[in-house]
Amino acid sequence: MWDYTDKVLDHFKNPRNVGIIENADGTGQVGSLICGDALKLTIKVNKETEVIEDIKFQTFGCASAIASSSVLTEMAKGKTLTEASKITNQDIANALGSLPEAKMHCSVMGMEALEAAIKSYRQGGKPVVFEQAQESKLICQCFNVTEETILKAIHANNLKTVEDVTHFTKAGGACGKCKGAIQEILNKVLACEIPQKKQEEKKPFSALTIVEKIKAIENVLNTEIKPQLNRDGGSIELVDLNGNIVTVRLLGGCAACIASQMTLKNFVGKTLQEKLDKNLEVKQA
Amino acid sequence: MKVIYLDNNATTRTLPEVLQKMGPYFTDFYGNASSIHTFGGSNKHVIEKARAQVAALLNSDAEEIIFTSGGTEGDSTAIFSAVNSYPQKKHIITSAVEHPAVLEVCRFLASHGYRLDIIGVDEFGRFNMEQYKKALDEDTAIVTTMWANSETGTIFPIKEIAELAHAKGALFHTDAVQAAGKIPTDVKDINADFVSISSHKIHGPKGMGALYIKQGTRFMPFMRGGHQENLRRAGTENVPNIVGFGYAAEIALQHLPEYQTHVKPLRDLLEKELLKEIPDVKINGDVKNRLPNTLNMSFGYIEGESILMFLDEEGVCASSGSACTTGSLEPSHVLRAMGVPFQFAHGSIRFSLSRFTTLEEIQTVIKILPDIIARLRAISPFKKGL
Repeated sequence: MWDYTDKVLDHFKNPRNVGIIENADGTGQVGSLICGDALKLTIKVNKETEVIEDIKFQTFGCASAIASSSVLTEMAKGKTLTEASKITNQDIANALGSLPEAKMHCSVMGMEALEAAIKSYRQGGKPVVFEQAQESKLICQCFNVTEETILKAIHANNLKTVEDVTHFTKAGGACGKCKGAIQEILNKVLACEIPQKKQEEKKPFSALTIVEKIKAIENVLNTEIKPQLNRDGGSIELVDLNGNIVTVRLLGGCAACIASQMTLKNFVGKTLQEKLDKNLEVKQA
Repeated sequence: MKVIYLDNNATTRTLPEVLQKMGPYFTDFYGNASSIHTFGGSNKHVIEKARAQVAALLNSDAEEIIFTSGGTEGDSTAIFSAVNSYPQKKHIITSAVEHPAVLEVCRFLASHGYRLDIIGVDEFGRFNMEQYKKALDEDTAIVTTMWANSETGTIFPIKEIAELAHAKGALFHTDAVQAAGKIPTDVKDINADFVSISSHKIHGPKGMGALYIKQGTRFMPFMRGGHQENLRRAGTENVPNIVGFGYAAEIALQHLPEYQTHVKPLRDLLEKELLKEIPDVKINGDVKNRLPNTLNMSFGYIEGESILMFLDEEGVCASSGSACTTGSLEPSHVLRAMGVPFQFAHGSIRFSLSRFTTLEEIQTVIKILPDIIARLRAISPFKKGL
């Protein structure tokens, strides 16, 4: 049983602004059936003032998902797009009194759907499905959560544990394989490493010891390169380091791929050069 | 508000007459059954009476029963005993739809060097016998599969599973927590080596259970440090609970036929009417071979917790395989093992009746549920064909 506030129960039982606006100026969607919750927002915007004149929602999900969507529509209605875009998941949770920790992702979903709806309006009204930032590293494969989303949730809600992150973003909630990676992100944030990262990278690659060099290369392979190759069913391992020549072995799908030379030169080589040293060369074992 | 309790696979009401029998053993006859004095020592006879009552429910000999703290302890005891009694064997087999009390113990052993085969089920939750036959070998220490599934009610062919296990020299354990008191549970007939049952699922007190250990089976205790239960389970006997459990078992055996004559018709009525009244519904489980009290249904396009909350408003208690009800984020491992599509898994509801469920209660659910489903579907962005 969940300890829902009266406000949550009220919005769940008597949801406001349910439905779809015909000929909406913006449509935002987030989530899917697989995730267990999904939200679709449609908005009517005054072209002159950019005020959200009408907003309607449809939600698949639990009581807190429905309540979060409902209260969000009340909050956004009458606001300008600029004002509305400042609504955070914490604002949504506050408006409901509070949400159980494990249900905080419902409020995050509301925030994301609104973001998508506003983007949709700006792009001429074509429906927009909320997407995680593409450049950011994918941490949770099950729920498709990126490092950026996790970082955002950690900073915005002052999260301290992996469990917190799961409650807010769902990352780590299914198979749990990424819990280690989430802990690493948390460790970095808690140690304030992320904002200071640039200053710390003082020592140039060429000045590192051989062990440090190998570790640095392994680190780039693991965090930047492997996840990309994994998506195509491949992987990579470090075989040797001789001067500036990095010998690697492509594995799985990559080993048999006709584009493997391109992958090596353009992707692996370039990434290592960018991250570590422009003189590095990559060779296949 | 009147409560309509349709969550009897989760737990049951302790019968007032059971509680009444237990009462004196808290306040009047509180002596330690292991004591020399008559005041405590005479409780030994009380325990032996209860043991015979539990044995009758399983058609076993009384000496083959040890009392435990519940189904979970029975499961752990059986599995650890088997692997520790046959240390040269390094393989265990279970099914994908077991209760966590079995599945997690098997996974724990797998992380400690055991080979683990988890046998799958088909779309109706039926045990994959072919996969099982291939998995069995001389190295298998124990096969542990449930008698009946808690979520769908699907009954496993455990007699056949046990026979195949024995043919390879492996022990067989079954978690009969859901089967006991609902269908006949003759452990001699199925020829199991271990059978665990729980008291609170058969209208007895919580925190109580029993493990059947077939005569002659190698055994190692799980709880050590006392001579109780013939050195097989240490710890001062929980006399009030044992008394209550024994009495509950006796009553359960007496009323077992009602599950066919009273409970099953009500469950079937609920199923038939809901299927008629509500579109896009799916039954989860093997309808031909299932516990008489269990109905697991999935309602497309909506989520289980929302349904439960509206049912709760009307006093109706049920449960769901939806992720949101537990905070686990993943829908039921049982439904996923059956390959139930995610959207249907999230919208699943389990009704589990007891012999105290009335026609009026079932009619109430039939009356209110279609409106609840329609109301939630009106909010949902998903519709048929999407």
